[in-house]
Amino acid sequence: MSKFKYLIDGIIKNNPIFVLVLGMCPTLATTTSAVNGMGMGLATTAVLLCSNMVISMLAPVIPSKVRIPCYIVVIAAFVTVVQFVMQAFTPGLYETLGIFIPLIVVNCVVLGRAEAFASKHSVLESGLDGIGIGIGFTLALTCIGLVREVLGNLSVFDNKFSSADGMLVFVLAPGAFIVLGYLMVLFNKLKDRKKRA
Amino acid sequence: MEYLIIIISAVFVNNVVLSQFLGICPFFGVSKKISTAIGMSLALVLVMGLATLVTYLIQNYVLVNTWFGEKIDITFMQTIVFILVIAALVQMVEIILKKINPTLYQALGIFLPLITTNCAVLGAALIVVTKQFSFGGEPHMMNLGESVVYAMSLAVGFGVAIILFAGMREQLALSNVPKAFRGTPIALITAGLLALAFMGFQGIV
Repeated sequence: MSKFKYLIDGIIKNNPIFVLVLGMCPTLATTTSAVNGMGMGLATTAVLLCSNMVISMLAPVIPSKVRIPCYIVVIAAFVTVVQFVMQAFTPGLYETLGIFIPLIVVNCVVLGRAEAFASKHSVLESGLDGIGIGIGFTLALTCIGLVREVLGNLSVFDNKFSSADGMLVFVLAPGAFIVLGYLMVLFNKLKDRKKRA
Repeated sequence: MEYLIIIISAVFVNNVVLSQFLGICPFFGVSKKISTAIGMSLALVLVMGLATLVTYLIQNYVLVNTWFGEKIDITFMQTIVFILVIAALVQMVEIILKKINPTLYQALGIFLPLITTNCAVLGAALIVVTKQFSFGGEPHMMNLGESVVYAMSLAVGFGVAIILFAGMREQLALSNVPKAFRGTPIALITAGLLALAFMGFQGIV
């Protein structure tokens, strides 16, 4: 049960986007629709899970002076694996996400968890933390993607519910900033209300 | 002429932060004061130019080349090689700068190590070797000169955006913002409006 806490923490209490505000580049760039956001989230989750587990195993043998380059090599290796898998099985999504797949390497969420959590915890705990943070990230991305899709394209998970034109600006760059901004306001408001109750 | 098109396109039309979403973390992180924003942008112009120069050469002469009469193509190593080269390069720039120009080192000091994890650097390096561009002519892969100019212009675009944004945030700090909007949310919405303004450049090139 106590181990289970690490998994839950990542979803709400340590939500990488709404609470920790990490990994903003893929968050803003890939959430043009719910499906794209979810694809990016799942790719990052896979990298997080693998790198967290391997780094927690290696942490005791890596000298602390060179730990950051070592972590980056581990992460880059898994990103390359994910890149190959996506190219083979989901070529459409691979094309859409473009350079943001290799850029998972410099996603602060992944390196941040390696440094702040995996290097100090056991393999199992790090794995659970990786899944938890990954799910939190995926949920946030899907949520942002869904809002932008509904407002900008009048569709839900790529199924159009109206043939009219949506407000295109929400699918374009400015919409990403504005939607994320207002979702954060909502998140703060709900948290505040819960604290007061 | 072609270089002019590249510069305008990279600085304004496809602004690295506001339309390509690269380097968002420093954009929000070091934009509280104009002076720090300027320091960060200067460091970024230097590092992005150098990093793209080196990664371009690695891509075209190491990863794809003929070794011992055998043609090889190990572009799948791109991600790992590029990030390591960039990390090493940033360290090297820091050491050299400390030796030859301590004043500049003092000014850029804390920003240099942060740049390694700035996705604009890796992003620019990857864009120039993977995408075709047509600056007023036939689509083609960029050559070395174009790549470096493009990367440095992207960094200048970052500078333009972050300095404008820092100016806004200095004003914002003095105004009365509703509680739920304080901090990141209002910054995001402000950046959204700035991005909306930059969309006006769309279609120039």
